[in-house]
Amino acid sequence: MRILTSSVGRKILMSITGQLLIIFVLIHLIGNSTIFFGPNGINAYAKHLHDLPPLVWAFRLFMLAAVSVHICYGVMLTLENKAANPGAYAVKRNLKKSFASENMIWTGVLLAGFIIYHLLQFTVHGTPDIVVGLDAANRVDVFKMVVTSFGHGLISVTYMAAMVMLFLHLSHGIPSFLQTMGWNNEKTIPVYATGGKVISAILMVAYISIPAVILAGLLKL
Amino acid sequence: MNLTLHVWRQNGAKAPGKLEQYEAKNVSPDQSFLEMLDEVNEQLIKNGKEPIVFDHDCREGICGMCSQVINGVPHGGQERTTVCQLHMRSFSDGDTIYIEPWRALAFPILKDLIVDRSNLEKIMQAGGYTSCHTGGVADGNAILVPQPAAEYAMDAAECIGCGACVAACPNGSAMLYTSAKVAQLAVLPQGQAEAAQRVCDMTDAAQAAGFGNCSNHYECQAACPKGVSVKFIAKLNREYQKALFK
Ligand code: HEM
Repeated sequence: MRILTSSVGRKILMSITGQLLIIFVLIHLIGNSTIFFGPNGINAYAKHLHDLPPLVWAFRLFMLAAVSVHICYGVMLTLENKAANPGAYAVKRNLKKSFASENMIWTGVLLAGFIIYHLLQFTVHGTPDIVVGLDAANRVDVFKMVVTSFGHGLISVTYMAAMVMLFLHLSHGIPSFLQTMGWNNEKTIPVYATGGKVISAILMVAYISIPAVILAGLLKL
Repeated sequence: MNLTLHVWRQNGAKAPGKLEQYEAKNVSPDQSFLEMLDEVNEQLIKNGKEPIVFDHDCREGICGMCSQVINGVPHGGQERTTVCQLHMRSFSDGDTIYIEPWRALAFPILKDLIVDRSNLEKIMQAGGYTSCHTGGVADGNAILVPQPAAEYAMDAAECIGCGACVAACPNGSAMLYTSAKVAQLAVLPQGQAEAAQRVCDMTDAAQAAGFGNCSNHYECQAACPKGVSVKFIAKLNREYQKALFK
């Protein structure tokens, strides 16, 4: 299987798993924004999701596989790239490379840390801030849980910081996956570079709006 | 004008190297960068010292031999310019200039500013050709090449194989070089038959030679003295995907 070992093959796997993660991030955002409709919005949405247990688990396993492949090859490629460049220039001036592009591994590692924390918190309910209960309609009260947790300044700030990492990762990641798949040309390369930053910024602002609105007291129990 | 140079001196592949300082006096703005170094070397020889060793050949910007990282940029950072075509008028009196060899795992330093670039040849040998029977001379237009394909192939063929892309790449990757060769042949009718094998063999050869992977920083295109575009890397990626299903 040359795709698993070759230089370009592994990049393609990074690209495809990255795209799956982006699709997830988009759908997750749409789902999360039901919180703006209050308890009836997000609690109903969560109930719909969890009424499909086999599907939920299949989906979770699929995402776990995608993120694992993405992380394994991300680490592997980064280590190989470090080795291929002894980095011994006394003076090196870069003309194109950006903060986002050179820190993919670090924004990635921070995102991985965030994903673990996020799952521990809202999926496993394993962090001390979590209040789990049922709402008036006997559904899991996701609204109360999220609003309570984001009421803690430190938790909200952590989420916001993680979304800045997502912005950095995707502002290089979006144009990068298009290049890796070859879905671009000379004219669209600069357009996608700008488009990638814009889309990542929109995603960041949209995600940050949830803890921001709760911290500001605009969305309360 | 007078300049201060910091030049990488290394007495052989295994020897430790270091930057040494030289003064270049009365440099004419009309001189090329290599002519400036020639004069510094004459001075060194006069004083009984080892001259600075560097690669050069045509001095017309087409052979791809010159290979110096000047103030942190391969070929000095003037757009579409090789070291030999870089003129001293782009510097000012009193400037300090750092001159280093290409640095990448796959480009071992031989001496001073000269590196061994034969790993680029290994990539070429792995697939940078078309196999055909060489009988008599073929008729000029026996194989028709559409004009856009001819233009595209010529753009890719602008690569002079100097290795600046590798020297500039944070990953020491030769993907721009490899992609220019792959794309040039993939777009021509003569290159079709071996296209799938070629892209696999050439990228494998690059990997085996110790070049890194592409992570789309695009430093390569910015440093390329011929302006070879990263669109060829996208083309290589498409060719590679086609090859996966063959
Ligand atoms: C929400 C989660 C994530 C998303 C949406 C995402 C998305 C992406 C995308 C689209 C790319 C571009 C792929 C390409 O160059 O073709 C990418 C590259 C990369 N990702 Fe992620 N990623 C995520 C999480 C992570 C994590 C957790 C890590 C590692 C610990 C990571 C490490 C990397 C690295 C190192 C690259 C660059 C690979 C290269 O250029 O060679 N990512 N990511």
